[in-house]
Amino acid sequence: MARGGFAQWGNDLYTGRRSYPIVQKRRIWFSIVGLFSAASILVLVFQGLNLGIDFRGGSEFTVSGVSNTDEDIALDTVAEVAPGQEPHVAQVGGDGVRVQVSELDNEQTNELQAALGQAYGVEPSEVTSNFIGPTWGQSVSMRALWGTVTFIVAAALFMAVYFRAWRMSVAAIVAMLADVLVSAGVYALIGWEVTPSTIIGFLTILGFSLYDKMVVFDKVRENTVALTEQTRSTYAERANLAVNQTLVRSINTSVVALLPVAGILFVGGFLLGAGTLKDISLSLFVGIAVGATSSIFLATPLDVALREGEPKIAAHTKKVMDLRAGLAAEGVEESVLAAAASGSAQLVPGHHQGHTAQPKRRR
Amino acid sequence: MLLTILTILLPFGALLAGWQLDGKSSENPDGASLAPGLALDLQGGTQIILEAVTSDGSEVTPEAMEEAIGVIRQRVDANGVTEAEIASQGETQIVVEIPGEVDDETVALISQAAQMKFRPVLTIGSPLPTVQPSASPSGDAADDAAADSDAAADEPTKKEIAEQEKAIESATDPSDLAQITPSVQEAYDALDCTDPKSREGGGGDNPNLLLVTCDQAGSAKYILGPVEVDGTDLTSATSGLIPTSSGGVSNTWGVSLDFNSEGTTKFRETTERLTPLEPPRNQFAIVLDGLIVSAPSSNQPITNGQASISGSFTRDTAATLANQLSFGSLPLTFEVQGENTISATLGSEQLQRGLFAGLIGLALVVVYSMFQYRTLGLLTVMSLIVAGAMTYVVIALLSWGMGYRLSLPGIAGLIVAIGFTADSFIVYFERIRDELRDGRTLRLAVQRGWLRARRTIYAAKAVNLLSAVILYFMTVGGVRGFAFTLGLTTIIDVMVVIWFTHPVMELLAKVPFFRDGHKWSGLSPDRLDVAPRYRGAGRFSGPKDEVVDAPVADAPDRERELVSAQSVSSAPRIAEDGRRMTIAERRAAERKAAADAAQNEEKH
Repeated sequence: MARGGFAQWGNDLYTGRRSYPIVQKRRIWFSIVGLFSAASILVLVFQGLNLGIDFRGGSEFTVSGVSNTDEDIALDTVAEVAPGQEPHVAQVGGDGVRVQVSELDNEQTNELQAALGQAYGVEPSEVTSNFIGPTWGQSVSMRALWGTVTFIVAAALFMAVYFRAWRMSVAAIVAMLADVLVSAGVYALIGWEVTPSTIIGFLTILGFSLYDKMVVFDKVRENTVALTEQTRSTYAERANLAVNQTLVRSINTSVVALLPVAGILFVGGFLLGAGTLKDISLSLFVGIAVGATSSIFLATPLDVALREGEPKIAAHTKKVMDLRAGLAAEGVEESVLAAAASGSAQLVPGHHQGHTAQPKRRR
Repeated sequence: MLLTILTILLPFGALLAGWQLDGKSSENPDGASLAPGLALDLQGGTQIILEAVTSDGSEVTPEAMEEAIGVIRQRVDANGVTEAEIASQGETQIVVEIPGEVDDETVALISQAAQMKFRPVLTIGSPLPTVQPSASPSGDAADDAAADSDAAADEPTKKEIAEQEKAIESATDPSDLAQITPSVQEAYDALDCTDPKSREGGGGDNPNLLLVTCDQAGSAKYILGPVEVDGTDLTSATSGLIPTSSGGVSNTWGVSLDFNSEGTTKFRETTERLTPLEPPRNQFAIVLDGLIVSAPSSNQPITNGQASISGSFTRDTAATLANQLSFGSLPLTFEVQGENTISATLGSEQLQRGLFAGLIGLALVVVYSMFQYRTLGLLTVMSLIVAGAMTYVVIALLSWGMGYRLSLPGIAGLIVAIGFTADSFIVYFERIRDELRDGRTLRLAVQRGWLRARRTIYAAKAVNLLSAVILYFMTVGGVRGFAFTLGLTTIIDVMVVIWFTHPVMELLAKVPFFRDGHKWSGLSPDRLDVAPRYRGAGRFSGPKDEVVDAPVADAPDRERELVSAQSVSSAPRIAEDGRRMTIAERRAAERKAAADAAQNEEKH
């Protein structure tokens, strides 16, 4: 590990010299995910999502280019023009103020628009108004929801056919749903507004999460393609090797995917204030991080747990274990057993194995 | 190879050609431009969301929606707004996007209900005004077209309306020319149908009064009698070849109308009265949204409620008329669901910040891939640049070809796509490294790594594309724009990997810098711990040993062993000339080392 740093670590993971027992310790990951999911459900039930104006309906005003972003000015103005309103006032970027009130009629809207411009000392054209019926956001998200359900079903079918194992596709879908649940929980916890952009963000999470699982599972498929033709390692061990081998890729990919999102989050969150970019980037940031982690710690172990129930694989696992118990009883060197258990790449039959395949000198 | 380059260059050429031949200008707003079109949230403007509602709860058909959009487009265009985007969203919603600011009157005009009426024709004339328009015309009939033209925004006075009502009451039937009061005649004279402002339509014409209006094309103007049959009494309108009286099918295209029982009665009365009259009074006008879509003459009384309109129709014009009539038969009204104004400064600010965010993200990705893949990271960056350029060009092309507009969620989608796209390269490079670790030469590693990476990339991108296509067809609004961007970048990503990254990688595999695994190439054997290949005579080598001057000396090749394997012997395995020792040589060296150690111990 010392020499070559990250690259050396990648090498060790690939050859199986270094191996993290990710699949073997699946109970731990399952309980962690269960814990997070339960917490997310609790947060969603008790705190709920902070629905934006697109879902509640109402009028929204954005004043841009103001010198003084004092919220009291807006509160006073609203109280004057439309008494009895409870406005939500938020700062947008460095020089903008957003005022949200429940629905106003046209006359009041114009009046408030002019009054806000006057109060903040900007041209009326710098005050934008926005009116949204309460059903608008709902109808859009209902369609998005149906689209998503269709997509998940289609993706599940595609994966089942591609991997020729429905259990794999179930594992991917379940893991993906857990990702979205946890991301939604985090979003609710922070309490940012849910806008149509947030919905788009969550759809991206869905896509990314499934994409990442597809890449990891493809490695699992590659490693287990001739599983039953050998008796050295079990499905679980092969899958674990696959996870270890794709670890470097997963880390690189998530960093590369997170960096631009972090860029938006930084620009959107600190320079722009509330707005499309901020909403979308937070859900994405959490979602991509969770999605990449769960491909490794949830999806693959879940896949192993499910597929070990498959008769063919169960029989194979039993055979390998019996054989190994036999070997251990015969007093075979520990290193050979360890090699088998780590599913080392050197032990794939039919591959050239270099000088390591030669008998070693005993001491 | 040539084909590949052509395919990549084709969109660029198309865009340049479009830019040269069909340039975007104020007269040609649909022309090509090198910059992609921007959606309202980046450009500034007003977005109005209308929901089509039927008062009797009947279903709104897609054809009716198309007609509704046509009606709204006519209203907006006639209002002098160019570049308005009008699109249906979902089954019953229409989104109108108008750049710049819009006053309340425009919104009210746009959202008026569109109604269809059948009225008898009293007079037809040339579309030009017969008197000077400045001669203070007063729109007498409760007529929007006349009222909106020129300065005659003043409503008809009560006196004039009373006068009209009286004239109509005293008239023998709705076709009586005596109904035309002087004020109506004045409005008719002043009306200029060549002026688009007169053709903006809009509902709200009083069914009991006369109507002075134009036809949709502005080729003639009419005075029409009070409403005889309501459009809602029409049950269906279909286009087809007109059946002859003998039951056969003629060669002429036409539109068949079906009335309900109430409509049948009224229509029979109308046609019985109109048929014997002289032209143009034997015509009845079908008025949709205040404008005349068709004014056929009545040849015979229709008693069974099944009329057909024939004339110089082609198959398409007949279908258009049938669609307009079916739309008019719906009691359709528009409800304003949302109105959204974005100031131009806010829009451009968001665009700037969004692009800034994208640049920061890209720079971070460049730094990271250089860190991870050294010089090879440059290939990632180049591929990203190629993908970015292609995406830009395709978006510019699409905004020319099919009116695609880039919105803020779309830009966010593009920024996120950097991650998805870069992943293809990461998967590919990691597979190559895996192959190198197995001890293959770079050329072979690229070949085999590509085959394995390709399968993974295809499978994973297929899922992405699947989600994009399904979301695009099943959703509306911003989600749809997002799905479009996702699908677009996925396709471009795959194209770039196949046609750019892989061929370049194959070329690089022949360059000594990469082939021999230079320290900074990202493929150097000491970073990858390449499995030694047996070269005979007890010598092993990585893919390069002979060429690069022995970096191995200071970094001895470690024995490949497992986590729990036995302890490593401390004896050197490398001869002084950098060659790997044979077993015999190594044993000798070990013995020597042991002897030295023994001597040292003796000394102490």
